[in-house]
Amino acid sequence: MTMPLYASPEQILRDRSEYARKGIARGRSVVVLRYADGVLFVAENPSSTLHKVSEIYDRIGFAAVGRYSEFENLRQAGIRFADIRGYQNDPRDVTGRSLANVYAQTLGSVFSEQIKPLEVEICVAEVGRTPEHDTLYRLTYDGSIVEEPQYVVMGGQADATAAALKDAYTEGLPLAEAVRVAVKALSAGSTSTGNGKPDLLDQAKLEVAVLERDRPHRAFRRILGTALTPLLAVSPPAEAEGEEKPVTDVDLPPNDEK
Amino acid sequence: MDHSSTGNYYPAASLSPAYLRPGSSFADFLRAEAPELLPSARRYPEGAAVQAPHGTTIVALTFKGGVVIAGDRRATMGNTIAQRDMKKVFITDDYSAVGIAGTAGIAIEIVRLFAVDLRHYEKIEGVSLSLDGKANRLSAMIKGNLDAAMAGLAVVPLFAGFDPEATDPDRAGRIVSYDVTGGRYEESLGYQAVGSGSLFAKSALKKLYDPDADAEAAVRTAIEALYDAADDDTGTGGPDIVRKIYPVVVTITAAEGAVHVPEDRTAALAEAVVAARRSSPTG
Repeated sequence: MTMPLYASPEQILRDRSEYARKGIARGRSVVVLRYADGVLFVAENPSSTLHKVSEIYDRIGFAAVGRYSEFENLRQAGIRFADIRGYQNDPRDVTGRSLANVYAQTLGSVFSEQIKPLEVEICVAEVGRTPEHDTLYRLTYDGSIVEEPQYVVMGGQADATAAALKDAYTEGLPLAEAVRVAVKALSAGSTSTGNGKPDLLDQAKLEVAVLERDRPHRAFRRILGTALTPLLAVSPPAEAEGEEKPVTDVDLPPNDEK
Repeated sequence: MDHSSTGNYYPAASLSPAYLRPGSSFADFLRAEAPELLPSARRYPEGAAVQAPHGTTIVALTFKGGVVIAGDRRATMGNTIAQRDMKKVFITDDYSAVGIAGTAGIAIEIVRLFAVDLRHYEKIEGVSLSLDGKANRLSAMIKGNLDAAMAGLAVVPLFAGFDPEATDPDRAGRIVSYDVTGGRYEESLGYQAVGSGSLFAKSALKKLYDPDADAEAAVRTAIEALYDAADDDTGTGGPDIVRKIYPVVVTITAAEGAVHVPEDRTAALAEAVVAARRSSPTG
Protein backbone atom coordinates (compact mmCIF):
# COMPACT_ATOMS: atom_id res chain seq x y z
CA MET A 1 0.00 0.00 0.00
CA THR A 2 1.32 3.38 -0.95
CA MET A 3 1.14 6.23 1.52
CA PRO A 4 -0.83 9.21 0.25
CA LEU A 5 1.17 12.39 0.19
CA TYR A 6 0.31 14.65 3.06
CA ALA A 7 -1.29 17.96 2.18
CA SER A 8 -2.56 20.38 4.80
CA PRO A 9 -6.25 21.33 4.71
CA GLU A 10 -5.27 24.92 3.96
CA GLN A 11 -3.29 23.78 0.97
CA ILE A 12 -6.13 21.60 -0.32
CA LEU A 13 -8.73 24.37 -0.03
CA ARG A 14 -6.36 26.91 -1.56
CA ASP A 15 -5.78 24.63 -4.51
CA ARG A 16 -9.49 24.07 -4.97
CA SER A 17 -10.18 27.80 -4.81
CA GLU A 18 -7.54 28.48 -7.38
CA TYR A 19 -8.91 25.78 -9.63
CA ALA A 20 -12.44 27.14 -9.40
CA ARG A 21 -11.32 30.73 -9.92
CA LYS A 22 -9.35 29.81 -13.01
CA GLY A 23 -12.33 27.98 -14.45
CA ILE A 24 -14.64 30.93 -13.84
CA ALA A 25 -12.11 33.43 -15.21
CA ARG A 26 -12.20 31.74 -18.61
CA GLY A 27 -15.89 32.56 -19.06
CA ARG A 28 -17.64 35.70 -20.19
CA SER A 29 -19.28 38.03 -17.71
CA VAL A 30 -22.79 38.71 -16.47
CA VAL A 31 -24.15 41.91 -14.94
CA VAL A 32 -27.23 41.93 -12.71
CA LEU A 33 -28.46 45.29 -11.52
CA ARG A 34 -31.46 46.93 -9.94
CA TYR A 35 -33.27 49.50 -12.05
CA ALA A 36 -36.43 51.57 -11.61
CA ASP A 37 -38.95 48.78 -12.30
CA GLY A 38 -37.13 45.71 -11.04
CA VAL A 39 -33.99 43.76 -11.80
CA LEU A 40 -32.08 43.68 -15.07
CA PHE A 41 -29.85 40.85 -16.26
CA VAL A 42 -27.36 41.40 -19.08
CA ALA A 43 -24.95 38.65 -20.10
CA GLU A 44 -22.33 38.40 -22.77
CA ASN A 45 -23.47 35.20 -24.42
CA PRO A 46 -23.06 34.36 -28.09
CA SER A 47 -25.49 31.45 -27.83
CA SER A 48 -29.19 32.14 -28.06
CA THR A 49 -30.22 28.75 -26.69
CA LEU A 50 -27.71 27.97 -23.93
CA HIS A 51 -28.86 30.56 -21.44
CA LYS A 52 -26.92 32.13 -18.61
CA VAL A 53 -29.96 33.91 -17.29
CA SER A 54 -33.28 32.31 -16.53
CA GLU A 55 -36.48 32.21 -14.54
CA ILE A 56 -36.62 30.18 -11.34
CA TYR A 57 -40.01 31.19 -10.00
CA ASP A 58 -42.65 33.88 -10.32
CA ARG A 59 -40.54 36.64 -8.76
CA ILE A 60 -37.10 35.01 -8.80
CA GLY A 61 -34.44 35.01 -11.49
CA PHE A 62 -31.08 33.33 -11.83
CA ALA A 63 -27.83 34.26 -13.53
CA ALA A 64 -24.62 32.31 -13.58
CA VAL A 65 -21.14 32.19 -15.04
CA GLY A 66 -18.58 29.42 -15.27
CA ARG A 67 -19.01 25.88 -16.48
CA TYR A 68 -22.34 25.57 -18.29
CA SER A 69 -23.13 21.98 -17.36
CA GLU A 70 -22.61 22.70 -13.69
CA PHE A 71 -24.66 25.85 -13.39
CA GLU A 72 -27.38 24.41 -15.60
CA ASN A 73 -27.64 21.55 -13.13
CA LEU A 74 -27.92 24.01 -10.26
CA ARG A 75 -30.50 26.06 -12.15
CA GLN A 76 -32.72 23.03 -12.62
CA ALA A 77 -32.28 22.06 -8.98
CA GLY A 78 -33.36 25.57 -8.02
CA ILE A 79 -36.49 25.32 -10.16
CA ARG A 80 -37.34 22.01 -8.50
CA PHE A 81 -36.74 23.46 -5.05
CA ALA A 82 -38.93 26.48 -5.78
CA ASP A 83 -41.69 24.50 -7.47
CA ILE A 84 -41.96 21.91 -4.71
CA ARG A 85 -42.16 24.65 -2.12
CA GLY A 86 -44.74 26.57 -4.07
CA TYR A 87 -46.75 23.40 -4.68
CA GLN A 88 -46.67 22.34 -1.07
CA ASN A 89 -47.46 25.78 0.32
CA ASP A 90 -48.27 28.80 -1.76
CA PRO A 91 -46.36 30.74 -4.43
CA ARG A 92 -45.89 33.57 -1.93
CA ASP A 93 -43.89 31.24 0.30
CA VAL A 94 -41.12 30.84 -2.26
CA THR A 95 -38.40 33.35 -1.44
CA GLY A 96 -35.06 34.23 -2.93
CA ARG A 97 -33.49 34.03 0.50
CA SER A 98 -34.37 30.36 1.02
CA LEU A 99 -33.19 29.51 -2.48
CA ALA A 100 -29.91 31.35 -1.97
CA ASN A 101 -29.43 29.45 1.28
CA VAL A 102 -29.78 26.01 -0.26
CA TYR A 103 -27.52 27.02 -3.10
CA ALA A 104 -24.94 28.17 -0.59
CA GLN A 105 -25.19 24.88 1.30
CA THR A 106 -24.90 22.86 -1.88
CA LEU A 107 -21.91 24.79 -3.21
CA GLY A 108 -20.28 24.70 0.20
CA SER A 109 -20.64 20.97 0.67
CA VAL A 110 -19.31 20.22 -2.81
CA PHE A 111 -16.40 22.55 -2.17
CA SER A 112 -15.40 20.95 1.09
CA GLU A 113 -16.25 17.31 0.40
CA GLN A 114 -15.45 16.65 -3.21
CA ILE A 115 -12.15 16.74 -5.05
CA LYS A 116 -13.35 19.10 -7.75
CA PRO A 117 -15.25 22.23 -6.70
CA LEU A 118 -18.05 23.59 -8.90
CA GLU A 119 -16.61 26.19 -11.26
CA VAL A 120 -19.56 28.51 -11.03
CA GLU A 121 -20.65 31.81 -9.63
CA ILE A 122 -24.35 32.44 -9.21
CA CYS A 123 -26.66 35.37 -8.68
CA VAL A 124 -30.15 34.85 -7.25
CA ALA A 125 -32.34 37.91 -7.75
CA GLU A 126 -35.79 38.55 -6.41
CA VAL A 127 -38.07 41.40 -7.31
CA GLY A 128 -40.18 42.66 -4.42
CA ARG A 129 -43.39 44.63 -4.16
CA THR A 130 -41.42 47.85 -3.76
CA PRO A 131 -37.85 48.70 -4.79
CA GLU A 132 -36.69 48.34 -1.17
CA HIS A 133 -37.67 44.68 -1.29
CA ASP A 134 -35.62 43.82 -4.36
CA THR A 135 -32.76 41.56 -3.36
CA LEU A 136 -29.63 40.35 -5.08
CA TYR A 137 -27.54 37.50 -3.70
CA ARG A 138 -24.14 36.58 -5.02
CA LEU A 139 -22.99 33.01 -4.40
CA THR A 140 -19.47 31.86 -5.05
CA TYR A 141 -17.98 28.41 -5.71
CA ASP A 142 -17.15 27.85 -2.01
CA GLY A 143 -20.67 28.55 -0.80
CA SER A 144 -20.10 32.11 0.36
CA ILE A 145 -23.20 34.23 0.12
CA VAL A 146 -23.29 38.00 -0.10
CA GLU A 147 -26.29 40.26 -0.44
CA GLU A 148 -25.48 43.07 -2.85
CA PRO A 149 -27.34 46.36 -2.50
CA GLN A 150 -27.12 47.58 -6.09
CA TYR A 151 -25.54 45.26 -8.64
CA VAL A 152 -23.64 42.03 -9.11
CA VAL A 153 -20.85 41.50 -11.62
CA MET A 154 -19.58 37.99 -12.17
CA GLY A 155 -17.33 36.19 -14.59
CA GLY A 156 -13.97 36.30 -16.26
CA GLN A 157 -13.37 40.01 -16.53
CA ALA A 158 -15.42 40.98 -13.51
CA ASP A 159 -12.91 43.54 -12.22
CA ALA A 160 -12.81 45.71 -15.32
CA THR A 161 -16.58 45.42 -15.71
CA ALA A 162 -17.25 46.24 -12.08
CA ALA A 163 -14.98 49.28 -12.26
CA ALA A 164 -16.85 50.56 -15.31
CA LEU A 165 -20.23 49.87 -13.72
CA LYS A 166 -19.28 51.55 -10.46
CA ASP A 167 -18.81 54.88 -12.23
CA ALA A 168 -21.91 54.71 -14.36
CA TYR A 169 -24.46 53.15 -12.02
CA THR A 170 -27.06 55.17 -10.18
CA GLU A 171 -30.19 53.91 -8.48
CA GLY A 172 -33.57 54.11 -10.15
CA LEU A 173 -32.40 54.13 -13.77
CA PRO A 174 -35.12 53.58 -16.39
CA LEU A 175 -34.83 50.35 -18.37
CA ALA A 176 -33.24 51.69 -21.56
CA GLU A 177 -30.59 53.57 -19.63
CA ALA A 178 -29.91 50.62 -17.35
CA VAL A 179 -29.38 48.38 -20.38
CA ARG A 180 -26.94 50.87 -21.87
CA VAL A 181 -25.02 51.18 -18.62
CA ALA A 182 -24.80 47.41 -18.30
CA VAL A 183 -23.72 46.86 -21.90
CA LYS A 184 -21.08 49.55 -21.60
CA ALA A 185 -19.72 47.94 -18.45
CA LEU A 186 -19.70 44.49 -20.01
CA SER A 187 -17.97 45.83 -23.09
CA ALA A 188 -15.28 47.41 -20.95
CA GLY A 189 -14.38 44.00 -19.60
CA SER A 190 -14.99 41.91 -22.69
CA THR A 191 -12.23 40.47 -24.84
CA SER A 192 -14.31 40.89 -27.99
CA THR A 193 -14.32 44.68 -27.88
CA GLY A 194 -11.67 47.37 -28.37
CA ASN A 195 -8.32 46.94 -30.19
CA GLY A 196 -9.80 47.47 -33.63
CA LYS A 197 -13.00 45.65 -32.74
CA PRO A 198 -16.20 47.61 -32.02
CA ASP A 199 -16.36 49.42 -28.68
CA LEU A 200 -19.67 47.94 -27.62
CA LEU A 201 -20.92 44.38 -27.73
CA ASP A 202 -23.48 43.94 -30.45
CA GLN A 203 -26.92 42.47 -30.00
CA ALA A 204 -26.02 38.98 -31.18
CA LYS A 205 -23.60 38.58 -28.29
CA LEU A 206 -25.99 39.73 -25.60
CA GLU A 207 -28.58 38.00 -23.50
CA VAL A 208 -30.96 40.41 -21.78
CA ALA A 209 -33.81 39.72 -19.39
CA VAL A 210 -35.71 41.53 -16.66
CA LEU A 211 -37.72 40.79 -13.56
CA GLU A 212 -40.45 43.41 -13.84
CA ARG A 213 -42.17 44.47 -10.69
CA ASP A 214 -45.49 45.30 -12.34
CA ARG A 215 -45.98 42.09 -14.28
CA PRO A 216 -48.60 40.00 -12.53
CA HIS A 217 -47.48 36.54 -11.40
CA ARG A 218 -44.48 35.75 -13.55
CA ALA A 219 -42.16 38.73 -13.42
CA PHE A 220 -39.42 37.26 -15.62
CA ARG A 221 -39.25 38.32 -19.24
CA ARG A 222 -36.57 37.94 -21.88
CA ILE A 223 -35.93 40.93 -24.11
CA LEU A 224 -35.13 39.64 -27.56
CA GLY A 225 -34.80 40.70 -31.17
CA THR A 226 -36.62 43.84 -32.21
CA ALA A 227 -37.59 44.56 -28.60
CA LEU A 228 -33.93 44.81 -27.66
CA THR A 229 -32.66 46.90 -30.59
CA PRO A 230 -34.09 50.28 -29.47
CA LEU A 231 -32.76 49.72 -25.94
CA LEU A 232 -29.25 49.27 -27.29
CA ALA A 233 -29.19 52.38 -29.49
CA VAL A 234 -26.19 54.33 -28.20
CA SER A 235 -27.76 57.78 -28.39
CA PRO A 236 -31.53 57.62 -28.53
CA PRO A 237 -33.08 59.96 -31.10
CA ALA A 238 -33.81 63.30 -29.44
CA GLU A 239 -37.56 63.24 -30.09
CA ALA A 240 -37.87 59.91 -28.33
CA GLU A 241 -36.80 61.50 -25.06
CA GLY A 242 -39.57 61.93 -22.56
CA GLU A 243 -42.02 60.05 -24.71
CA GLU A 244 -43.64 56.82 -23.77
CA LYS A 245 -41.41 53.85 -23.21
CA PRO A 246 -40.65 51.91 -26.38
CA VAL A 247 -42.65 48.76 -26.97
CA THR A 248 -40.38 46.24 -25.34
CA ASP A 249 -42.17 42.98 -25.95
CA VAL A 250 -45.46 41.42 -26.74
CA ASP A 251 -46.99 40.92 -23.34
CA LEU A 252 -47.81 37.36 -22.55
CA PRO A 253 -51.37 36.86 -21.45
CA PRO A 254 -51.71 37.15 -17.71
CA ASN A 255 -51.83 33.91 -15.82
CA ASP A 256 -54.83 32.71 -13.98
CA GLU A 257 -55.14 33.95 -10.43
CA LYS A 258 -54.78 30.25 -9.47
CA MET B 1 -34.61 7.72 0.41
CA ASP B 2 -34.30 9.68 3.61
CA HIS B 3 -35.65 12.90 2.16
CA SER B 4 -39.30 12.07 2.35
CA SER B 5 -39.95 13.46 5.79
CA THR B 6 -41.61 16.83 5.71
CA GLY B 7 -38.89 18.55 7.67
CA ASN B 8 -36.50 18.20 4.80
CA TYR B 9 -38.30 20.68 2.57
CA TYR B 10 -37.05 23.45 4.78
CA PRO B 11 -33.44 22.59 4.64
CA ALA B 12 -30.56 24.51 5.84
CA ALA B 13 -28.99 21.46 4.24
CA SER B 14 -27.77 21.06 0.72
CA LEU B 15 -30.01 19.79 -2.04
CA SER B 16 -30.46 16.03 -2.16
CA PRO B 17 -29.30 14.10 -5.25
CA ALA B 18 -32.86 13.91 -6.63
CA TYR B 19 -32.73 17.68 -7.21
CA LEU B 20 -29.60 17.36 -9.32
CA ARG B 21 -30.79 14.53 -11.54
CA PRO B 22 -31.81 15.50 -15.06
CA GLY B 23 -35.48 15.46 -16.02
CA SER B 24 -38.16 17.96 -16.90
CA SER B 25 -41.26 16.49 -15.28
CA PHE B 26 -42.31 17.85 -11.92
CA ALA B 27 -44.54 14.81 -11.31
CA ASP B 28 -41.58 12.47 -11.87
CA PHE B 29 -39.49 14.55 -9.52
CA LEU B 30 -42.16 14.35 -6.84
CA ARG B 31 -42.32 10.60 -7.30
CA ALA B 32 -38.60 10.39 -6.51
CA GLU B 33 -38.33 13.02 -3.82
CA ALA B 34 -41.69 13.37 -2.10
CA PRO B 35 -44.16 10.72 -3.28
CA GLU B 36 -46.58 11.61 -0.49
CA LEU B 37 -47.31 14.90 -2.25
CA LEU B 38 -48.68 13.16 -5.36
CA PRO B 39 -52.46 12.94 -5.74
CA SER B 40 -52.09 9.18 -6.23
CA ALA B 41 -50.51 8.80 -2.78
CA ARG B 42 -53.96 8.66 -1.18
CA ARG B 43 -54.97 5.41 0.41
CA TYR B 44 -58.55 4.23 0.24
CA PRO B 45 -60.35 2.17 2.83
CA GLU B 46 -61.57 -1.02 1.24
CA GLY B 47 -65.27 -1.40 0.74
CA ALA B 48 -66.19 1.87 2.41
CA ALA B 49 -67.78 4.54 0.28
CA VAL B 50 -66.36 8.02 0.82
CA GLN B 51 -68.68 11.01 0.67
CA ALA B 52 -66.99 13.99 -0.96
CA PRO B 53 -68.18 16.97 -2.99
CA HIS B 54 -68.58 16.34 -6.70
CA GLY B 55 -68.27 18.86 -9.43
CA THR B 56 -70.85 18.64 -12.14
CA THR B 57 -71.04 20.01 -15.67
CA ILE B 58 -68.29 21.38 -17.94
CA VAL B 59 -68.78 22.32 -21.59
CA ALA B 60 -66.25 23.27 -24.25
CA LEU B 61 -66.62 24.30 -27.85
CA THR B 62 -64.37 25.69 -30.53
CA PHE B 63 -65.03 28.83 -32.52
CA LYS B 64 -63.27 30.60 -35.34
CA GLY B 65 -59.80 31.37 -33.97
CA GLY B 66 -60.07 29.77 -30.56
CA VAL B 67 -61.87 27.67 -28.01
CA VAL B 68 -64.11 28.37 -25.03
CA ILE B 69 -64.52 26.23 -21.92
CA ALA B 70 -67.12 26.89 -19.24
CA GLY B 71 -68.43 25.29 -16.09
CA ASP B 72 -71.34 25.76 -13.73
CA ARG B 73 -70.57 26.61 -10.10
CA ARG B 74 -72.27 23.87 -8.15
CA ALA B 75 -70.69 21.06 -6.16
CA THR B 76 -72.96 18.38 -4.73
CA MET B 77 -72.53 15.79 -2.03
CA GLY B 78 -75.19 13.14 -2.20
CA ASN B 79 -78.40 15.10 -2.58
CA THR B 80 -77.21 18.28 -0.91
CA ILE B 81 -75.44 21.23 -2.45
CA ALA B 82 -71.91 21.26 -1.03
CA GLN B 83 -70.90 24.55 -2.58
CA ARG B 84 -72.68 27.08 -4.74
CA ASP B 85 -69.76 29.06 -6.08
CA MET B 86 -67.04 26.52 -6.76
CA LYS B 87 -64.69 27.27 -9.64
CA LYS B 88 -64.18 24.23 -11.80
CA VAL B 89 -62.46 25.72 -14.82
CA PHE B 90 -58.78 26.53 -14.42
CA ILE B 91 -56.25 28.20 -16.67
CA THR B 92 -53.28 25.85 -16.65
CA ASP B 93 -50.85 27.82 -18.83
CA ASP B 94 -50.82 30.53 -21.48
CA TYR B 95 -52.70 28.45 -24.05
CA SER B 96 -54.61 25.81 -22.14
CA ALA B 97 -57.37 25.38 -19.60
CA VAL B 98 -58.92 22.44 -17.81
CA GLY B 99 -62.44 21.95 -16.52
CA ILE B 100 -63.13 19.24 -14.00
CA ALA B 101 -66.05 16.98 -13.22
CA GLY B 102 -66.05 14.33 -10.53
CA THR B 103 -64.56 14.35 -7.05
CA ALA B 104 -63.69 17.99 -6.53
CA GLY B 105 -60.87 17.60 -3.99
CA ILE B 106 -58.87 15.17 -6.08
CA ALA B 107 -59.65 16.98 -9.31
CA ILE B 108 -58.43 20.33 -8.01
CA GLU B 109 -55.26 18.72 -6.73
CA ILE B 110 -54.64 17.08 -10.10
CA VAL B 111 -55.17 20.35 -11.95
CA ARG B 112 -52.82 22.16 -9.58
CA LEU B 113 -50.14 19.55 -10.17
CA PHE B 114 -50.80 19.69 -13.90
CA ALA B 115 -50.35 23.47 -13.98
CA VAL B 116 -47.11 23.30 -11.98
CA ASP B 117 -45.91 20.49 -14.24
CA LEU B 118 -46.50 22.54 -17.41
CA ARG B 119 -44.70 25.54 -16.01
CA HIS B 120 -41.91 23.39 -14.62
CA TYR B 121 -41.31 21.90 -18.06
CA GLU B 122 -41.34 25.33 -19.64
CA LYS B 123 -38.80 26.71 -17.19
CA ILE B 124 -36.43 23.76 -17.43
CA GLU B 125 -36.60 23.22 -21.18
CA GLY B 126 -37.02 26.86 -22.20
CA VAL B 127 -40.01 26.02 -24.43
CA SER B 128 -43.59 25.01 -23.73
CA LEU B 129 -44.86 21.48 -24.22
CA SER B 130 -46.77 20.92 -27.45
CA LEU B 131 -50.54 20.83 -27.12
CA ASP B 132 -50.56 17.05 -27.55
CA GLY B 133 -47.81 16.78 -24.98
CA LYS B 134 -49.92 18.69 -22.48
CA ALA B 135 -52.94 16.50 -23.20
CA ASN B 136 -50.85 13.37 -22.65
CA ARG B 137 -49.44 14.65 -19.37
CA LEU B 138 -52.97 15.15 -18.10
CA SER B 139 -53.89 11.68 -19.31
CA ALA B 140 -51.07 10.17 -17.24
CA MET B 141 -52.32 11.96 -14.13
CA ILE B 142 -55.87 10.69 -14.61
CA LYS B 143 -54.50 7.20 -15.14
CA GLY B 144 -52.76 7.48 -11.78
CA ASN B 145 -56.15 8.14 -10.20
CA LEU B 146 -57.70 4.81 -11.24
CA ASP B 147 -57.55 3.36 -7.72
CA ALA B 148 -59.56 6.31 -6.47
CA ALA B 149 -62.02 5.93 -9.34
CA MET B 150 -62.56 2.31 -8.26
CA ALA B 151 -63.34 3.61 -4.76
CA GLY B 152 -66.00 5.88 -6.25
CA LEU B 153 -63.83 9.01 -6.44
CA ALA B 154 -63.50 9.37 -10.17
CA VAL B 155 -62.17 12.50 -11.84
CA VAL B 156 -63.05 13.33 -15.43
CA PRO B 157 -61.43 16.45 -16.84
CA LEU B 158 -62.07 18.28 -20.08
CA PHE B 159 -59.02 19.86 -21.66
CA ALA B 160 -59.20 22.85 -24.01
CA GLY B 161 -56.19 24.35 -25.70
CA PHE B 162 -55.03 26.56 -28.50
CA ASP B 163 -52.32 25.13 -30.71
CA PRO B 164 -49.97 27.96 -31.76
CA GLU B 165 -48.31 25.59 -34.23
CA ALA B 166 -51.51 24.75 -36.09
CA THR B 167 -51.45 25.31 -39.85
CA ASP B 168 -54.88 26.93 -39.87
CA PRO B 169 -55.11 29.46 -37.02
CA ASP B 170 -58.92 29.62 -37.41
CA ARG B 171 -59.12 25.97 -36.43
CA ALA B 172 -56.36 25.94 -33.81
CA GLY B 173 -58.72 25.60 -30.84
CA ARG B 174 -58.87 22.01 -29.69
CA ILE B 175 -60.76 19.96 -27.13
CA VAL B 176 -59.64 16.72 -25.53
CA SER B 177 -61.84 14.58 -23.31
CA TYR B 178 -60.82 11.75 -20.99
CA ASP B 179 -62.29 8.71 -19.37
CA VAL B 180 -61.55 7.45 -15.85
CA THR B 181 -58.76 5.16 -17.05
CA GLY B 182 -56.87 8.09 -18.57
CA GLY B 183 -58.00 7.34 -22.12
CA ARG B 184 -57.75 10.50 -24.17
CA TYR B 185 -60.06 11.39 -27.03
CA GLU B 186 -59.68 14.32 -29.33
CA GLU B 187 -63.02 15.92 -30.13
CA SER B 188 -63.19 16.42 -33.88
CA LEU B 189 -66.80 17.64 -33.81
CA GLY B 190 -65.75 20.82 -32.04
CA TYR B 191 -67.79 20.50 -28.84
CA GLN B 192 -67.91 18.28 -25.79
CA ALA B 193 -69.35 18.20 -22.29
CA VAL B 194 -68.51 16.16 -19.19
CA GLY B 195 -70.19 15.64 -15.83
CA SER B 196 -73.65 14.76 -14.63
CA GLY B 197 -75.42 17.29 -16.84
CA SER B 198 -73.32 16.55 -19.88
CA LEU B 199 -76.04 14.62 -21.67
CA PHE B 200 -78.32 17.65 -21.72
CA ALA B 201 -75.54 20.14 -22.35
CA LYS B 202 -74.30 18.13 -25.30
CA SER B 203 -77.76 17.93 -26.84
CA ALA B 204 -77.98 21.71 -26.60
CA LEU B 205 -74.52 22.15 -28.09
CA LYS B 206 -75.40 19.82 -30.93
CA LYS B 207 -78.17 22.18 -32.01
CA LEU B 208 -76.44 25.48 -31.26
CA TYR B 209 -72.83 24.81 -32.26
CA ASP B 210 -71.49 26.94 -35.10
CA PRO B 211 -67.82 26.40 -36.03
CA ASP B 212 -67.61 29.87 -37.61
CA ALA B 213 -69.04 31.77 -34.66
CA ASP B 214 -67.01 34.50 -32.97
CA ALA B 215 -65.89 34.34 -29.33
CA GLU B 216 -68.90 36.28 -28.01
CA ALA B 217 -71.39 33.96 -29.69
CA ALA B 218 -69.48 30.88 -28.55
CA VAL B 219 -69.50 32.06 -24.94
CA ARG B 220 -73.25 32.59 -25.20
CA THR B 221 -73.68 29.08 -26.64
CA ALA B 222 -71.69 27.65 -23.72
CA ILE B 223 -73.91 29.46 -21.22
CA GLU B 224 -77.05 28.28 -23.05
CA ALA B 225 -75.79 24.70 -22.87
CA LEU B 226 -75.09 25.02 -19.14
CA TYR B 227 -78.57 26.44 -18.65
CA ASP B 228 -80.05 23.42 -20.40
CA ALA B 229 -77.95 21.09 -18.26
CA ALA B 230 -79.17 22.84 -15.10
CA ASP B 231 -82.73 22.65 -16.44
CA ASP B 232 -82.77 18.85 -16.44
CA ASP B 233 -79.95 17.76 -14.11
CA THR B 234 -80.28 18.34 -10.37
CA GLY B 235 -76.53 18.34 -9.92
CA THR B 236 -75.89 21.30 -12.21
CA GLY B 237 -76.43 24.84 -10.99
CA GLY B 238 -78.02 27.40 -13.29
CA PRO B 239 -77.12 31.10 -13.29
CA ASP B 240 -77.98 32.30 -9.77
CA ILE B 241 -79.22 35.83 -10.33
CA VAL B 242 -80.21 36.34 -6.69
CA ARG B 243 -76.73 35.58 -5.37
CA LYS B 244 -74.96 36.82 -8.52
CA ILE B 245 -73.22 33.53 -9.22
CA TYR B 246 -72.57 32.97 -12.90
CA PRO B 247 -70.68 30.32 -14.86
CA VAL B 248 -66.88 30.52 -15.04
CA VAL B 249 -65.86 30.93 -18.67
CA VAL B 250 -62.37 30.84 -20.19
CA THR B 251 -61.57 31.72 -23.79
CA ILE B 252 -58.30 30.80 -25.46
CA THR B 253 -57.20 32.66 -28.58
CA ALA B 254 -53.94 33.41 -30.36
CA ALA B 255 -53.91 37.07 -29.39
CA GLU B 256 -54.97 36.91 -25.76
CA GLY B 257 -54.05 33.39 -24.76
CA ALA B 258 -56.12 31.79 -22.05
CA VAL B 259 -58.15 34.41 -20.16
CA HIS B 260 -61.19 34.39 -17.91
CA VAL B 261 -64.16 36.14 -19.41
CA PRO B 262 -64.77 39.02 -16.96
CA GLU B 263 -67.62 38.41 -14.57
CA ASP B 264 -69.65 41.41 -15.73
CA ARG B 265 -69.71 39.94 -19.24
CA THR B 266 -70.70 36.44 -18.14
CA ALA B 267 -73.33 38.06 -15.90
CA ALA B 268 -74.76 40.05 -18.82
CA LEU B 269 -74.80 36.99 -21.09
CA ALA B 270 -76.30 34.72 -18.44
CA GLU B 271 -79.02 37.24 -17.68
CA ALA B 272 -79.73 37.59 -21.40
CA VAL B 273 -80.11 33.80 -21.63
CA VAL B 274 -82.46 33.77 -18.64
CA ALA B 275 -84.50 36.65 -20.12
CA ALA B 276 -84.81 34.83 -23.44
CA ARG B 277 -86.00 31.70 -21.65
CA ARG B 278 -88.79 33.68 -20.01
CA SER B 279 -90.52 34.03 -23.36
CA SER B 280 -89.40 30.64 -24.65
CA PRO B 281 -88.62 28.24 -21.78
CA THR B 282 -87.15 25.53 -24.02
CA GLY B 283 -84.67 27.86 -25.68
